[in-house]
Amino acid sequence: MYAFDYHRPKSLRQAVNLLAKVEDAKLLAGGHTLLPTMKQRLAAPANIIDLNGIAELAGIERKGRAVVIGAMTRHADVAESPIVQEAIPALAELADQIGDPQVRNRGTIGGSIANNDPAADYPAACIALGATIITNKRKVPAEEFFTGLFETALEEGEIITRVSFPLPSKAAYMKFPNPASRYALVGVFVAKRGAEVRVAVTGAGADGVFRVGAMEEALKARFSPKSLEGIKVPSKGLNSDIHADADYRAHLIGVMARRAVANATGKA
Amino acid sequence: MSATGIGAAVRRKEDQRFITGKGQYTDDINRPGQAYAYFLRSPHAHATIKKIDAKAALAMPGVIAVLTGDDLAADKIGGLICGWMIHSKDGSPMKAGPHPALAQGKVRYVGDHVAVVVAESLAQAKDAAEAVKVDYAELKAVVDPAAAQKNGAPQVHDVSSDNTVYQWHLGDKAATDAAFKQAKHVTRLDLVNNRLIPNAIEPRAAIGEYDPGTDAYTLYTTSQNPHVARLVLSAFVGIAPEHKLRVIAPDVGGGFGSKIFIYAEETVCTWAAKKVGRPVKWTAERSESFLADAHGRDHVTRAELALDDRGRILGLRVKTIANLGAYLSTFASSVPTYLYAPLLSGQYDIPAIYCEVDGVYTNTAPVDAYRGAGRPEATFVVERLVEVAAREMGLDPAALRKRNYIKKFPHQTPVIMNYDIGNYHASLDKALELADYQNFAKRKRESARRGRLRGIGFSSYIEACGIAPSQAVGSLGAGVGLWESAEVRVNPTGSVEILTGSHSHGQGHETTFAQLVSDRLGIPIEHVTVIHGDTDKVQFGMGTYGSRSGAVGMAAIAKAIDKVIAKGKKVAAHVLEASEGDIEFKDGKFTVAGTDKALGFGDVALQAYIAHKFSGQDLEPGLKEGAFYDPTNFTFPAGMHICEVEVDPQTGVTTIERWTAVDDFGTVINPMIVEGQVHGGVAQGIGQALLEGARYDENGQLVTASFMDYCMPRAGDLPSFTVGMTTTPCPSNPLGIKGCGEAGAIAAPAAVINAITDAVGHEDVAMPATPQVVWRACQKAAQRMAAE
Ligand SMILES: Cc1cc2nc3c(=O)[nH]c(=O)nc-3n(C[C@H](O)[C@H](O)[C@H](O)COP(=O)(O)OP(=O)(O)OC[C@H]3O[C@@H](n4cnc5c(N)ncnc54)[C@H](O)[C@@H]3O)c2cc1C
Repeated sequence: MYAFDYHRPKSLRQAVNLLAKVEDAKLLAGGHTLLPTMKQRLAAPANIIDLNGIAELAGIERKGRAVVIGAMTRHADVAESPIVQEAIPALAELADQIGDPQVRNRGTIGGSIANNDPAADYPAACIALGATIITNKRKVPAEEFFTGLFETALEEGEIITRVSFPLPSKAAYMKFPNPASRYALVGVFVAKRGAEVRVAVTGAGADGVFRVGAMEEALKARFSPKSLEGIKVPSKGLNSDIHADADYRAHLIGVMARRAVANATGKA
Repeated sequence: MSATGIGAAVRRKEDQRFITGKGQYTDDINRPGQAYAYFLRSPHAHATIKKIDAKAALAMPGVIAVLTGDDLAADKIGGLICGWMIHSKDGSPMKAGPHPALAQGKVRYVGDHVAVVVAESLAQAKDAAEAVKVDYAELKAVVDPAAAQKNGAPQVHDVSSDNTVYQWHLGDKAATDAAFKQAKHVTRLDLVNNRLIPNAIEPRAAIGEYDPGTDAYTLYTTSQNPHVARLVLSAFVGIAPEHKLRVIAPDVGGGFGSKIFIYAEETVCTWAAKKVGRPVKWTAERSESFLADAHGRDHVTRAELALDDRGRILGLRVKTIANLGAYLSTFASSVPTYLYAPLLSGQYDIPAIYCEVDGVYTNTAPVDAYRGAGRPEATFVVERLVEVAAREMGLDPAALRKRNYIKKFPHQTPVIMNYDIGNYHASLDKALELADYQNFAKRKRESARRGRLRGIGFSSYIEACGIAPSQAVGSLGAGVGLWESAEVRVNPTGSVEILTGSHSHGQGHETTFAQLVSDRLGIPIEHVTVIHGDTDKVQFGMGTYGSRSGAVGMAAIAKAIDKVIAKGKKVAAHVLEASEGDIEFKDGKFTVAGTDKALGFGDVALQAYIAHKFSGQDLEPGLKEGAFYDPTNFTFPAGMHICEVEVDPQTGVTTIERWTAVDDFGTVINPMIVEGQVHGGVAQGIGQALLEGARYDENGQLVTASFMDYCMPRAGDLPSFTVGMTTTPCPSNPLGIKGCGEAGAIAAPAAVINAITDAVGHEDVAMPATPQVVWRACQKAAQRMAAE
């Protein structure tokens, strides 16, 4: 690790001011992505702004027909939250499947979303549920937020403060973990809200999270695992690595989607 | 049996220290004035070094020295050695290239040691390492051993134009060919034994120290065999004469073979300590362990089994290419040869066996012994062949095994080994019962109702442990003898210190060795301390690997105890005024036969030291005896492991539903520790079968260089094990012990793969059988069935 200056603001305002003032700064949330890259000397920020002292950034609230989660909320807190468990159980289950206990007790939803790892779980939930990412500057629909591999719509000086998830009528997340890292080799989040159905896939796409239109159409007609039979996801544009090649990932998307729908309809 | 004697499940004495954080590992040790070493490693798999410019690095804060291979050469420090000479079929000696501790002119794998930076702090050393300018001329790399033997392949060492270190063979080719001519059925298999990365929980570490007052060095290091490390560093590498080098291997957190070897890092730290005039400390980071600890396995094999029409095995033919990596590690040459082919007879009466092995250099990390070392590879070959043969011939795999088991002992195999004892039917029968084999079909139907495929797999393994009779291994090319030493020091108050040349790095010697002493001397186990891992305390020893500490190390202790008792009788005779021949020793008491005159063990110890009751002319004072024990044969632990799996055909996910292990380890000192060894070994074997696999890309970059990509088994991947025992005490060992440390890792891979192939319709499945691999096998089986 290279030397850096460490700052620990007490409020969002202080953090925003620091971010504008100091050179070459990085925000520190759970540190589970940032610190390993710094230790491997792959990242060398001159300044670290630690968000862990900002109480207003953490917490979970029910606001009408939505659940709002603060950026600094740990995965374990989302998993264990009675609010989330009641309103969007699929989201609590997703959080409960991230990494291992150490990761869940440090990693944050804001850090996960800002990082947009193509194998991370939350992006699938954000897209499928139609979440809104709220920053110190604006509100960004999830569809516009995840722009590519480790790329987001976040601009310089922008800090994620909250994520707002509208309540679905039915939803489920089915994850096929990479046996080594426990990230998603393929993860499929299926959500139904009113007439709208979304199927979001993480872990598989070479450009990160994506939706499967053909599945969404079929499920709109009838929300049942049967509707997905015969729908093949093309392997073009999917990742191939030592753990799974594109063909296998394409196949898994089908299996995981059917199992997710079965789960969402209580037929698993 | 007493509560702490042989056969008792005594809680491990050492665990109090370990689980309360009071262990002393190498990295826990800090020497006054110590500096820190950081190794600059090659980013290329194959390159010549044109120039190393350390000027900028030397000018950085805290930097004490930057040392390279040129400095080693200038100091006439020799290279690392491979201690086992293998001769090729044509009689020529193996072709071993130079193995300098720091590269001299060329790097041969990613992670190879280019230079060492010594600085006041580790961070400063790392910063300075980035400023060392190395001018490389990259060369094409080769990582696949078969490709390395082809014409025009990149040449790793000048000594071998086709990268072939040796072309070795064992067995009778003509007799084997004749057996295949007579065969009614031949089973052929192409097998890959996947490359593994050891990953002991404690990474390797070393502190080198030099005392100019005595002109002597001390090396603290993570070693399974500190005396061998000292011998190699003095006699071959030439750092210091043996009596001027002390090697201390304190608590060591796992080794699995990877800490047997003498590596570049401890060599350099010791040498550098004198050069910089400071103790020099290095502790590997996990990334370094992945790159530069010796890896395991990595065989490509074509195997053929000849059978008659009733399923009797007539012959076995094996051709293996073994990847040895970029340099020959300390025992690398012996693992795919003498630790492999002599086990190819398995538990079977096979009249003819012929095995050829090519050892090959590639641009990958050195490959050497890893838990089981050669024997897991042999078991995998034999047990996969037998399983597939049974399926092909429509025979029950258990029945085919029974038909071919060796029944009479001693049994001379066609591949060196003389099995002294065993009862393979007994372990099979017990395992079938414990595994509830008779209801397997019912369970399979039940799984099918849930859309799952259930399979069962067997593995009748055998291993050669108790390594090893020195004359025998000497005749096969070993550079050392493989006896063990022990010293029993009795204190005047009757407590005892045991000094052993074996080394515990998780096995629980402090408990099991003390149990033997407590049992034999009739003293409380609390009165016994076991000392190991320091060349200044223990005179000499060969260390711990190959499941040898019980069979060889404890046999040496038993021998020394016998001498202590003999001397004690002399002392007692003087004190009790009886003739020595009338003194008996039992339950910790010396008695005069037929009388009630008796002396406790502690009283005799005191009398031996105060020496008031005998004159120096009659008897030497004191009570301390040593012994060297050289085994007369290998020991042959064997058993049957049965694995039952369930496969999800939609995803290819395999879950292990049941595991039954029935092992014959001979006499068992501590059943709890033995069971723990079985659990750990099976976990590693399951890891190899399902999860672990080191992968290099074609440029020689290690793709699985962290736990994010290299999958170690976790508790959740494992079932609850059913462990049973059958016992045939080992006749060639004074304690009847055979050894248990590697059995699980040897037995497990074949059992897992046999079970999966059974589940998925007998399609071949490669290791690691990841979900993708198993899913493809399911697809293939479905296609084949549709076509049929
Ligand atoms: C072993 C391991 C296993 C894992 N398994 C999984 C898994 O299964 N599924 C999964 O989804 N994830 C997994 N993760 C990722 C982990 O859960 C975290 O989500 C991830 O590391 C990022 O969150 P963090 O809070 O640690 O962020 P940090 O590492 O602190 O930061 C990550 C990046 O986000 C930026 N950032 C952080 N907070 C904000 C903010 N509020 N506004 C703007 N930018 C911000 C930082 O500057 C940095 O660039 C795993 C991680 C590890 C180490």
